[in-house]
Order: sequence, then structure tokens, then C-alpha cells
Amino acid sequence: MKVSRRDVLKAAALTGAGLVLEIHPALADSKAALSPMGLLRITPDDVITLVVTRVEMGQGTATMQAQLLAEELAVSPSRLVLELATADRRYDNPRLRAQLTGGSTSTAVSFEPFRQAGATAREMLVRAAAASWRVPTAECVAQDGVVTHTRSMKSARYGDLAEAAAKQSLPSVTLKTKGFTVIGQPVPRVDAPLKVDGRAVFGLDVKVPGALTAVILRCPVRRGTVASFDAREAQAMPGVTHVVQVPSGVAVVGKTYWHAKTAAAKVQVTWDEGAMAAFDSSALRETHLKLLRGADGRRVTSRGDVDAVFQRAAKVVEAEYELPFLAHAPMEPQNATAHVTEKQVEIWAPSQGPGLAVEQVRRIVDKPVVFHQTWLGGGFGRRIAQDYVLEAVQVSKAIGQPVKVVWSREDDMRHSPYRPAATHRVRGALDDKGRLLGWHHRVATQSILSALVGEMAGAALAGAPEFLRDLAGAAGKSAVASRDMTAFEGANTLPYALDALAVDFVRHEPGVPPAFWRSVGHSHTAFATECFVDELAHAAGKDPVEFRKALLKLQHRHRWVLELAAEKAGWATKAPDGVGRGCAVHKSFESYCAAVAEVRVLDSSIRVERLVLAIDCGRVVNPELVKAQLESAAVFGLSATLHQEVRFEKGRVVQSNFHDYAPLRLSECPRLECFIRENEAAPTGVGEPGVPVIAPAVANAVFALTGKRLRSLPLKLGE
Amino acid sequence: MLKLTINGVEREVDAPADMPLLWVLRDVLGLTGTKFGCGMALCGACTVHLNGQATRSCILPVGAVAGQRVTTIEGLAANADHPCQRAWLELNVPQCGYCQSGQLMQASSLLANNPAPTDADIDSAMSGNLCRCGTYPRIRAAIHRAAELSRDATAPKKEQP
Repeated sequence: MKVSRRDVLKAAALTGAGLVLEIHPALADSKAALSPMGLLRITPDDVITLVVTRVEMGQGTATMQAQLLAEELAVSPSRLVLELATADRRYDNPRLRAQLTGGSTSTAVSFEPFRQAGATAREMLVRAAAASWRVPTAECVAQDGVVTHTRSMKSARYGDLAEAAAKQSLPSVTLKTKGFTVIGQPVPRVDAPLKVDGRAVFGLDVKVPGALTAVILRCPVRRGTVASFDAREAQAMPGVTHVVQVPSGVAVVGKTYWHAKTAAAKVQVTWDEGAMAAFDSSALRETHLKLLRGADGRRVTSRGDVDAVFQRAAKVVEAEYELPFLAHAPMEPQNATAHVTEKQVEIWAPSQGPGLAVEQVRRIVDKPVVFHQTWLGGGFGRRIAQDYVLEAVQVSKAIGQPVKVVWSREDDMRHSPYRPAATHRVRGALDDKGRLLGWHHRVATQSILSALVGEMAGAALAGAPEFLRDLAGAAGKSAVASRDMTAFEGANTLPYALDALAVDFVRHEPGVPPAFWRSVGHSHTAFATECFVDELAHAAGKDPVEFRKALLKLQHRHRWVLELAAEKAGWATKAPDGVGRGCAVHKSFESYCAAVAEVRVLDSSIRVERLVLAIDCGRVVNPELVKAQLESAAVFGLSATLHQEVRFEKGRVVQSNFHDYAPLRLSECPRLECFIRENEAAPTGVGEPGVPVIAPAVANAVFALTGKRLRSLPLKLGE
Repeated sequence: MLKLTINGVEREVDAPADMPLLWVLRDVLGLTGTKFGCGMALCGACTVHLNGQATRSCILPVGAVAGQRVTTIEGLAANADHPCQRAWLELNVPQCGYCQSGQLMQASSLLANNPAPTDADIDSAMSGNLCRCGTYPRIRAAIHRAAELSRDATAPKKEQP
């Protein structure tokens, strides 16, 4: 592959800084002011630094980017020094045209630029060596961080060549298309050494000289506000420095978290609870069902004549599926450190969207923003919202000192945005031979993107990620909600062969802040589609795998993963006594994933004993990372399948900590078997695609075992 | 002033007696390897060794442990080469890594008490330590591997023929 030097790479020779390669994504916003920075830095002390541009929240981006760079640079990934990218438009995700890590896009958007950076640097180092030795470049080889002249056996380390290399003109490079030695290998995680001895600095671990710690009291009713407060007792407590009102509540600031936390308990706040004080989850459920049984909504997909198909059906099957609000509950509670000075705003935070943070901070403080990214103690979509970053800025602005805002677990559980609750009503038409003719799918839920638009921008969407501006089009901000594919993605791309498919989005906004939650819309649509197709298979009297395969004749990648999972699980053999098997297959984030679950029921409780997962995510950069992400998705998915729901009563979140919002524990973790259907297609998503298939595979297995169709999450057998 | 022995070093700490050990470690002594996850001993992210046994530091008032011996992840092994740490690297256990300090402190305590744990032993010792990234299968495997590494290290060296 030829790389155009004009649009991609620019070398900058910085005095004493060695070789710095800058990557300019073709779509970067040229209006933004940029400071010199690159993906890679080689300095005369022979240190090679990789700038990790997609945030590392556990999914393995640092290792993936290190492998891509190392493959072409001819160094070991383990020798790269990791630097987490600051906020800069040049680090925008080119798919989203915003600097955010999400949508399982990191490998896809890193695959070309990091290899180009590595190849270009290597070629410049070789040319510099050849020039200094006065030999042809063709006789020089770069390997393991050293350039060697093969005839004279002269050699030089990359660091020794860095300054001379930076003065070379930019070469055109040809990237490897085969014969990879690093890509495709189970390279150990490059961040693991930092994470086994306590060295990795997460947001909560940031140490800023003189920084205080703030705890914020927020209205227990979502969107409620402070009416008045009395902080006299708290202010008199030792170690307490400030009590100030900020937009989200009352901030209690002290020397340590403990000082702030104990003092916060003594602040008397009177709340104006606002409109949500009457909101109950159970009422939302009723509202959803009523809406779905009516005719409201926007038809977002229409293929064939769905009405005609239902008229000629021999059998019509109907079902309704219900999914609750979900919290992300990453292990690291939300936190951010900020220092607002006369000249600037400095921020240290574990953010999935440093660029979004900077945009939003500029709306409240009109000063240059310096952003320091930290490691993330989990993300799962939660840290795309920048609420906790803004809080730190607000508090620092109010007290004129550096401050770290720390959320308790209860704060995180009760004041975060959530995966929206969603209800689905699905109807299927079968002919007299049990063949599927048509599918009518209606989903009632919120628009996640419209909330992001609300956070980001005025009517013109200035500063919003460009994909949002594209989605809005000429119609502007108001059009985003009804076109929001995150509400129905997965339902609209149903892979099964049908004469007619219709999908309706019935938008209902209960006022609960919505969030992207690992696999986003697919996290609920796949539960409905894959449980329903299972119901149709049983209604048609057919084996669930065979029924799907017959409908996937033209969808070979769906079929491949389904067949692989079924084969590895021994689908064709009888399940052991007392065990039920269920399957699911779903495409999300351009990848294809299938699951077979084996369950038992003990004392009315569902015990998942084994999960077999298969994925086709195109070219694999690191099979160990892919398998780890499938394992991760399985545990994340099982937590939601078996245990988790966020429930509102009188506008208050009932759940508060890990006892009543329980992630799966080690003792509940089933045997996980993960398989990759390898091929050479372009690399696609890995972090999210494993999640959607978990709940339907388990629910279908429960049906196979018990004959009970559980259509509501989390799954509960009759109490 | 309270006296504590932290990672083998005697430290004097100026903190209220009701401050949990976790916040003394993190906010007073700057030892941030020990993590805050729940504040209620529900997740295990704050696990340290108190006189050699795994303990949740988030609910343990520092006043109750004056004069005692505390080991944190920073002091688990001199060169981060505890068999658990080596096994964790070998099996690529960490993902986000936030819970892993607690997991390692819990696992190393388990192995100190039980050099050859079964799966059931691991289930019962490790189920108080949550991981949202789902590293459980690798934690299980890594504990078995760490047990092997410990046995290899303590086994008498074979005589050279």
C-alpha cells in the first residue's frame, strides 16, 4: 500500500527532541489551534515513546497500538514507553470526528496510522544511518531498535540516529500486507506490569500539589436542585476548608476524602425535588407497553410489505420484552481533578472523551484547557459523559484552588446517566410450513444522542462531534432524536431472510439521563431479536440453530460464528441431564458474534455453567486480547442477565452499592470458551460485540430447560 | 500521632482515629496502589494485609490498627516478583487493572494460608473481590500458576549428576 506523504505524515525536527512524527488525520478540524505532537517519539537517549490515542480502559488499546507501531518500526512492543494522549483535535477518532473512545472503533481507526508512523520512522532512521555511513540504504536493515549495515556490520541504535533521521525528507512507505511478526501474535499486555504493583495512576490516584478533595451532595431526586443549605456544623469541623454551592449540588471540600465525606453528612440541605419526584420505573413499564400496543412512533426501517405478509400468515407469534435501566458501575468511581487559574484550566481525569471534556469545559470557563489523561478504572461508556469533569472545574473555580472531586460508590450508582430502559414488542409471521415470512418490531426507549447534543451544543451544534452534526443534517438539533439509531440498532439490521421487515422507534423520554452502555442499543435489541427468533423456531417446531441457519443462507459471517459456537459447544449432542442449552447470534460494531449457553436451575435460581463464544472481527491484531474481551463481555453480560437493574421510586434510584446492584462474582463465573473465526477482512470491533448475545443465549437456555419464556431482564424464575 | 508499620517501615501518622486505613494510606501517606471501590467492604479493591492476613481497609478505622503491621500492593514483593504478580503477567490477567491490587493481595493471602488451593478454595477466597472487566477465569488460572511457581521456588534443588 502506498501512503501519500502529503495528507498523512509530517516530520518535525525539534531541537534536541529527536524524531517526532505527526499524524494529521485527513479529517482533523483545521480550525483548531494545535501544538506540536505525534504518535511516536524517539529521543537521543534511545527512549521510544508511543502516544496511546484511544483511551485504555481495560480493552487493550495500548497493546494494540503498540503492536501496530512495533510491527513496522521493528522493535519489541514491550520496549515502548507509554504516554496517554492529551486532548487535541489531531487525536480525534476519524470515524466519529471527535476525540472519544467508543463504538468499538479503536482497532479499525488505528490500523493504518500506527503502521504508517512505524514504517515512516523506520525508513527515516535507515536513511539517516545510510547517509552517515555513506552506504546504500538497501544494504541497511532495521531490527530490534538497531539499524545495521549488513556488509560492514556497522550498527547504530534508533536513539543515536534520531536527530539525523528527523532531518530526512519524508519517505513514501509501503506497508506490509503479509508476513506479520507482531500483528496476530498473543503479545503480552504492555500495560500489565504497571497494573500488578500499584504503579498505574488512575484518575483517583492523581497527586496535584496543594489539591483538596471535594465530595458533592446531590439531590436524591434526579434533576432536583438545591433550595437552601445550612453548613455551619460542617464548616466548623477539622480539616474542612470550604462548603460551596455548585450547579450539581453542594460541594464540601476538605484536606482528605474522609474529612470531606464526614463533614458532608453534617450539611443540612433542603432540596427542590422538581418534576421527577413522581417518577417510578414500574409506571414507565406500563407507559412503554401502552405506547407499543398503540400506533405511535417513527418507522425507521421498512423492507417489503409488512401488512400484506401478516395478512397471508398461517401463524402469527407475538412477544414483549422488557429491559431495565442499567448503571455501568466501573470499579473506579467517577472523579476528576481540576485547577482553574487566571490563565488556564488544568484537568486530570479518567475520561473516554478528552475532546468532549475540553469542549464542555470551555462553555463554563473561557480559558485555555490543559488536559491530562489518566488510566481508566473501567469505562463501559460511562465516561463519555463529562459531568464529573465539569464538577471538578466548577468547584476549583469556586474555591480558587486545585481540587479533586471524588464520587462515592453510592454517588456513582445514583447520580450517573444510565442505559435507558427499553421495551420491545415483536410480531412474527410464519407460513403453514413454519417458514418465517415477516417481522414487525416496535421499540420504546429514549434517545441517547439527543442527550449528548443537549450537553454539547446550542441549536447550531457548534462544538458537537461531527457525526452528530451529520446526523442532524439541515434539520438541525431537533432531528437528532428521531433519527437516533442507538435506540434501534440491531433491530434494523436483522440478518434473517424475510419477505418483509418493519421497525418502529417509539421515543419516550422519562427525564432520566441516558448513557452509552457497552454495546449501546444492541444491549437491548439483541435480547428481543434473538429471544424472539428462538420463539419462532419453537413455534415452527424446529431446532433453534438449524432454524437460524436456514434464514442465514446469504449471511455467511453470521452463519460461520453460529456454526463455530454450536460445534465447539457440542450442540448436536444431547445436553447433560439437568442442563439446558440456548444460542444467539448478533452483529454489532461490524463484528459477528455467537454464543451457546448451558444453564442449570438450582432452587429457582439460574446457574450458568458454560458459555461458548465465537467471534469474527476480521483481521486479529492480538488473539489474547480478543479472547479477553469476549471473557469480559460474557461476565459483563451475565451481570446484567442475572442480577442488575436500576429502579426508580419517587424519582430516587433504589440501588446504592454492590450489594443491591451486583456484578457477577468469581464463584458464579461459568466456564468460558472463546473462539475466533479468523480471516483477513479489515479489523472490526472487539470490546462490545460479545455483550449482546449473552442475555438471549441464557434466556433461550432457560426455556430449553424449563419451558418458561423469561422476557424480562434480569431473568427471574417464578418466585 | 499513630504509629503503624507499613511495608516494613514504621510510620507516624497524623489522622483522626476513625479515618479508615484506606484513606490514611491513600490521602495521608500517598500510597495510592490500594484502591477505593465501594467504601463498604463489598468489592475488595481496598484489600491489604494486616499482620499477614487479607483485610478490607475501607472500613477499618486506623485507630484500631495502631502498632500493627500493614502490607500494601507496593510492599507485596521487593521487585514486584511475588509468584502472584509473575503469574498475573504470564496469564495477562489485568484489563483496566483497577481491582487488581486488591485481587493480588487477596490471592497472595490465600496462597500463604493454602499453598495448593482447589477451584472451590479459590471460589470461596476470591468471591469478595469484584472485577467489572471479568478477569475471573484468568484470576483462577493465575492462582493455580502462582501456586506452581511458589512450589518450584521452595522445592529443594536437584543435585547435579
